[in-house]
Amino acid sequence: MAEQQNQRREHEDKFISFWVGEQEFCVDIMSVKEIRGWTEPTRIPRAPDHICGVINLRGAILPIIDFAARVGMPVREPDASTVIVVTQNADQLVGMKVDAVSDILSLSTESMQPIPDIASESAKEFFKGVVTREEGMIRIVDLSRIAHVEPENLAA
Amino acid sequence: MDPMDEIRQTFFLECEDLLQALMEGLAAIEGGDEDPETVNAIFRAVHSIKGGAGAFSLDELVKFAHTFETVLDEVRADRMELTPALMSVFFRSADQLSDLVEAASVGDSVDAERMNAIMLELDALIDSDGSDAGEVEFEAIPLDFSMDFGDVEDDLPAPGGDSWTISFKPHATIFERGNDPVLLLRALAELGETEVTCNTDALPDLADIDTAQSCLSWDITLKGETVSEDDIREIFEFVEGDCDLTISFGAAADALPEIDLPPLGAPDEGEETGWELATPSQDADEPAAIPDLPELQEPAAAEAAPAETEKSSGASPARAESSRAGPTATVRVELDRVDRLINLIGELVINQSMLAQAVSNSGVPQDSPLMDGLDEFKRLTRAIQEGVMAIRAQPVKPLFQRMSRIVREAAAATGKSVRLVTEGEGTEVDKTVIERLSDPLTHMIRNAVDHGLEQTADRAAAGKSEEGTVHLTASHRSGRVIIEIADDGAGINRTRVREIAVEKGLIDPDAALSEAEIDNLLFMPGFSTAKNVSNLSGRGVGMDVVKKAIQSLGGRVTLSSTPGKGTTFTISLPLTLAILDGMLVRVADQTKVVPLTDVVETLKLNPSQVHGLSNADRGIMVRGEFVPLVDVACELGYRPPLDKLSHHVVVLTETEGGSRTAFIVDQILDQRQVVIKGLEENYHSVPGIAAATILGNGEIALILDVAALATGRNRLSDVIRAA
Repeated sequence: MAEQQNQRREHEDKFISFWVGEQEFCVDIMSVKEIRGWTEPTRIPRAPDHICGVINLRGAILPIIDFAARVGMPVREPDASTVIVVTQNADQLVGMKVDAVSDILSLSTESMQPIPDIASESAKEFFKGVVTREEGMIRIVDLSRIAHVEPENLAA
Repeated sequence: MDPMDEIRQTFFLECEDLLQALMEGLAAIEGGDEDPETVNAIFRAVHSIKGGAGAFSLDELVKFAHTFETVLDEVRADRMELTPALMSVFFRSADQLSDLVEAASVGDSVDAERMNAIMLELDALIDSDGSDAGEVEFEAIPLDFSMDFGDVEDDLPAPGGDSWTISFKPHATIFERGNDPVLLLRALAELGETEVTCNTDALPDLADIDTAQSCLSWDITLKGETVSEDDIREIFEFVEGDCDLTISFGAAADALPEIDLPPLGAPDEGEETGWELATPSQDADEPAAIPDLPELQEPAAAEAAPAETEKSSGASPARAESSRAGPTATVRVELDRVDRLINLIGELVINQSMLAQAVSNSGVPQDSPLMDGLDEFKRLTRAIQEGVMAIRAQPVKPLFQRMSRIVREAAAATGKSVRLVTEGEGTEVDKTVIERLSDPLTHMIRNAVDHGLEQTADRAAAGKSEEGTVHLTASHRSGRVIIEIADDGAGINRTRVREIAVEKGLIDPDAALSEAEIDNLLFMPGFSTAKNVSNLSGRGVGMDVVKKAIQSLGGRVTLSSTPGKGTTFTISLPLTLAILDGMLVRVADQTKVVPLTDVVETLKLNPSQVHGLSNADRGIMVRGEFVPLVDVACELGYRPPLDKLSHHVVVLTETEGGSRTAFIVDQILDQRQVVIKGLEENYHSVPGIAAATILGNGEIALILDVAALATGRNRLSDVIRAA
């Protein structure tokens, strides 16, 4: 019995879900290093709008991305529930500012669906797919796109 | 790791030292050093490399080292004179040897053609009696801890002729009376050349050793016709009765003594001699890697014989001088470990400032013991930090030595006669800085030879000596390392530089540029003055790349040039990449750090001193000098330009070129040491920002890149933009 369950779980991955505005998103739990309270970041000159700045993560310089600004949603002022999801994208540690962390989800590969064609370009750019649940739709974050902080127009 | 691999690695590390010794020696001879010991040192270095290479079957290396060594031996034996031509061959051979070592270390092979050419040159130098150059013989050699293979095997005949043969076997009582055989052997060596063999036959198994017993005896061959038996007897005067001593005069024992291992764990004297093998402590200034001394004709076994070091005391007095530059006792440590320590020190510095801030916030009176303790803590932190940084610091000497090779090659390629004069080789710089300085420096040296110096004929026409000189100087100046590359060539042809810049569309044809601004055009991307892109420096890498490389190290490069006299490039680098002294300032509600080395003075802003037509083109009069004024907050995009300046403070800065810029900040907060944290690790570099640091309260402060902020409004860049 237990073995059967294990076999079924093999196809399931864990995700951390979080809220930004009125929408729920989730990110692969393996790429999440920690979740920490909001710290006012130090602004970086001439940074794009979605870069809040940098904070001190135990001696390391951690850039913070405003998730809402990144995906083109209205930006909210941080409040008591605002948290930073520290993620690892390739070699870089990047923090995402989100409104609240909600749950840990186990999602099977089958339950994930591609982004509907009607979605905007930005939605396609930043998400790997969607999961529909009773409460609504949860988008799965493509961290390699969201947390990409390379200079955008270095050549210019 | 495979133990053999480990030994192999050690060998290559040793080779680095030996190659350095070789280069040093050659440079000394070129500089007029006529001490025979210098030649010996060179010989030993090559010989040791050959020995080690043999152990690892690095045949090419062995073959070349052997040929090189054979020629050196001719010089050593005074059968060949050190002419400039010969020195040139030696230098090239040393370069080749270094290439071979490098190739062997990565399992690569070298340019066979070039190697053979040099081999032929060397072969041609060897007399008929030394014609065994082609064949290479090897004997089994014992490995000792320091991987010194030197002189274990030697091709020279054993010393012949008449000599004293002394057999010395101390009794146990000799130790009770506090006599040390080492001292006696050393005294003997002062009479003449000695050859000492330790007889360990009587040595019991380790488990059976009685440390109070004497188990060793020595056979000594002493050369020297002038030595009388009485002289020898006199040495042993105090131990008479405590030892068996036989002294005879006659032909030296012809049988080569067997190889003895150091009597580890042997009674008293054994322990002492064991020590000497590991560290030549008796001659602390002796290079550790080359413990053997001028008596190179010692037979193989002498190397391992315990009394080996003692013989040296009879060496020529010049030895002390020549070995002065040799390394003292050293430890090889993985760089990782040092870096971990440096990171920890960084945390400690941050922690110390956090603590200081917390205490001062708590309202503890200044004269309390707590404050005293904190001050002491700060002082200690700084001392530890400096100590740890010193571990990473290395003299620039090896870097400079590599440059002398670059000069030789560049001179050969251009057909110019060039002399490199180096100064301040002992100047210590962070290891990373040295490593990353190699490429830009190579390029600049090549440039100096290729573009800086005139052709020999032109030099003669200009009334200069035909040989061009390139000065390479390193020094410490106000907390930074300054490296200067100066040539005595024709100087920068400013008319030509300007023409090219206009041709390439880099500047407006009508632009009015000062001399310094024209000179700085050399650093523009896509600029090359050489009429013909030469094989040497025209590799698509311009001075802009050099500048970038140096800037990435937190350094600056500037140049000055006098027509007909030459050009000087000056590189200024931070002493360390990890910590800097900074002035904390407040800019638009944020704390920023200005590197203290850039700050000249701070002033209260007096609006009446501000001149200029627009916000973007303002300047301030400071003691009669007009200095451009930059609003940091505005420049960094934190706020729109201020119409009215009021309570602001001005930080006057000066960058390496001597150009001054005044920065407007809101407030000056403090002055303290900050740990440099790169933005690149998780983010990317930001124009105008050099790095970041963590303040006592855990907040991040950005460190301003003063030079970049200043040039952000440099007139030159405006001119270029307009073009």
